[in-house]
Amino acid sequence: MAELTYLQAISDGLRTEMRRDQRVFVIGEDVGVYGGAFKVTLGFQEEFGSWRVIDAPLSETAIVAGATGAAMMGMRPVAEMQFADFVSCAWDHLVTVAAKQRWRVGTPVPIVLRLPSGGGFSGGPFHSQNPESSFAHVPGLKCVCPATPEDAKGLIISAIEDPNPVLFFEHKHLYRRIKGEVPEERYTVPIGKARLHQEGDDVSVITWGAMVHTAVEAAKQVDASIEIVDLRTVLPWDKQAVLDSVRKTSKVLVLHEDTRTGGFGGEIAATIAEEAFEDLDAPVRRLTAPDSPVPFSPVLEKAFLPQVDDVVRALEELVAY
Amino acid sequence: MATGTAVEVVMPQMGVSVSEGTITKWLKQVGEEIQSDEALLEISTDKVDTEVPSPASGVVSEILVQEGQTVPVGTVLARIGGEVAPAAPEAEPEPAPEPAPPPAAEEPKPAPPPAAPPPPAAAPPPPPAGEGDGRTFVSPVVARIAGEHGVDPAQVPGTGTGGRVTKKDILAFIEAGRPAQAPAPEAPPAEAPPPPPTAAPAAPAQPVAAPASAAPPVAEQGESLEPMSAMRRGIAEHMRRSLDTAAHVTSAIEVDMTNVAQLRAKLKREYESAYGVNPTYLAFVARATVDTLRDYPWVNGELRGDQIVTKRFVNLGIAVELTDGKGLIVPVIRNAEGLNLLGMARAIADIASRARNKQLTPDDVTGGSFTITNPGGYGTFHGTPVISQPQSGILGTYAIVKRPWVITDPNGADAIAIRSMMNLTLTYDHRLVDGALAGRFLRDLRQRLQDWGESDY
Repeated sequence: MAELTYLQAISDGLRTEMRRDQRVFVIGEDVGVYGGAFKVTLGFQEEFGSWRVIDAPLSETAIVAGATGAAMMGMRPVAEMQFADFVSCAWDHLVTVAAKQRWRVGTPVPIVLRLPSGGGFSGGPFHSQNPESSFAHVPGLKCVCPATPEDAKGLIISAIEDPNPVLFFEHKHLYRRIKGEVPEERYTVPIGKARLHQEGDDVSVITWGAMVHTAVEAAKQVDASIEIVDLRTVLPWDKQAVLDSVRKTSKVLVLHEDTRTGGFGGEIAATIAEEAFEDLDAPVRRLTAPDSPVPFSPVLEKAFLPQVDDVVRALEELVAY
Repeated sequence: MATGTAVEVVMPQMGVSVSEGTITKWLKQVGEEIQSDEALLEISTDKVDTEVPSPASGVVSEILVQEGQTVPVGTVLARIGGEVAPAAPEAEPEPAPEPAPPPAAEEPKPAPPPAAPPPPAAAPPPPPAGEGDGRTFVSPVVARIAGEHGVDPAQVPGTGTGGRVTKKDILAFIEAGRPAQAPAPEAPPAEAPPPPPTAAPAAPAQPVAAPASAAPPVAEQGESLEPMSAMRRGIAEHMRRSLDTAAHVTSAIEVDMTNVAQLRAKLKREYESAYGVNPTYLAFVARATVDTLRDYPWVNGELRGDQIVTKRFVNLGIAVELTDGKGLIVPVIRNAEGLNLLGMARAIADIASRARNKQLTPDDVTGGSFTITNPGGYGTFHGTPVISQPQSGILGTYAIVKRPWVITDPNGADAIAIRSMMNLTLTYDHRLVDGALAGRFLRDLRQRLQDWGESDY
């Protein structure tokens, strides 16, 4: 075991797979010589060469389309978007081609898209979004949102192994802030399996990504026993783990950094209402960003993103309900 | 399950103010044939009891709500046509949080209204935290646990918002052992019963909005318990509310009905043979009352906030006793000011018959502006009825008896005669109607009845 940052853990997992499997290669803007905008692939080109660590032109369409074609020919590409926001340029190739190819003609498309996402550092409206719910609505894709270094490594390896297109949402605000013990050997974390981050009896917080850490901070300030379920992946998502937790606590806060309307929290809340109605002791609460682009101003961004205090307030209301 | 061809029977919207109804009786069972418009079941709302006709012809394929259950308007009660459900409905597990009414007094259900568990289907969204008296809202999980353990949530001390019973509260209550509910203990139990839970553990010292409810009613030796019907609950609530609202005062007057009696005897044969209707004394009194109300708009009016409402119409309520003796209903004759004696007699006969055959709609029993109650049929000569809110008066009519009475003959000489006498009472809301006004109303009404001529209809 070694203590790694979230970023180092992703890098470690990626390097592990590139050393293990010759089919795995990296493609993206500035991923080679520069080592990636956030330095996830620093030193990769030296180790694996410029044919396996490809500096692509500034075209997300070309990157995703090229990765899709390579995957159809048997490769295991890992494509990096510099910011998750830019994946919309590649929507057609991802959603129309990659997600449906297996269903249309039976060819698997084992691509991984690394999507640095999330706000908290004044990145403004083009560099701060959490677009996971847009893709969670596309059958054929998988969406992974790790919250810890250990999960980040295990999930990037699972994503590369997976025969389907996997979107790997790595939260930029966790990159260097979150550290944790990470096994040095190769391991996988199953896609579609939630993790009980913290056990509790009074209220369940269902969340993923950076908000797991916000929930932990908030839980410390609330005089109640809070359970935190880290979904880890939103497509597929671990319905059973959520329902099990709800049946235990009967009160639920669904927390995510993405905006509210159409956010994935709505799907979770609806499922709870449908399948655990008779176990509820309070309305299912959602705490999300408001329906707005992410503001640039640090003051406004703080107001936009769910803060520890907001979570504390929501938890206290649920406890008292 | 029935196929797509099945027609659903839903709890009807029995008038604008009715949101739920209780199934009192299924007239057809699963597997039986029914014709369109044939009565399928009887329901009871807080306003009326009525039959629900089948919306289609076919075989009753499913009965989804059992007798005794109360469900919201729009709830599917049964299906007609399609495939007959394989299992008898009684055999289906009942997921409803509220168990079927207890068969005996063994586990008495305490007064249900304050905290009726939500019906299984289409529960309204829970009120936002902090609004109103939370004790009336039972969350789904509390309802389920209550059903599983046979606990009435109203008996559980609540620590949630507004005193709402939380899951923890009810679990603690069950853990602590609810008070024993033996039907009729013949001797004090050997073991002291577990103490009633005083408060859930860790309950904050926050005052509970409603005082802890009284213990559930228990039948003592020689007593038996029966749940109040929806109608009885409605009457109880309305009567109490009326006495809490209006300043009730009753004035009485004696009326010489000899004239009317003679006229009625004449008209009776004609009305019955020509129109099939009996010109009852009540019809005469109602007719005279409506005429008199025209001159006393406040007696026909109401107080609405700090405004006095007067009406250009008389919607005349007539109190009707139900045949089983277990209830009373006040159907309303709308625009009674447009009815002559024949019309009034017909209207009274119509509403009385529909009331007794459970064919009234809730709109038949709302909107009255004045009411007549007729308890004199059993010989009573006086009473103090309770006003039907928000009206301002109710007229009581009592037994017509032959009495020696001093009259003045056409020559101005006094004589004792045998006359058909009747007492009338006017109970009025003294907030609006003063005693002198009520006295003048009764005087004029008496005059109309005593002077009733053959040409007056």
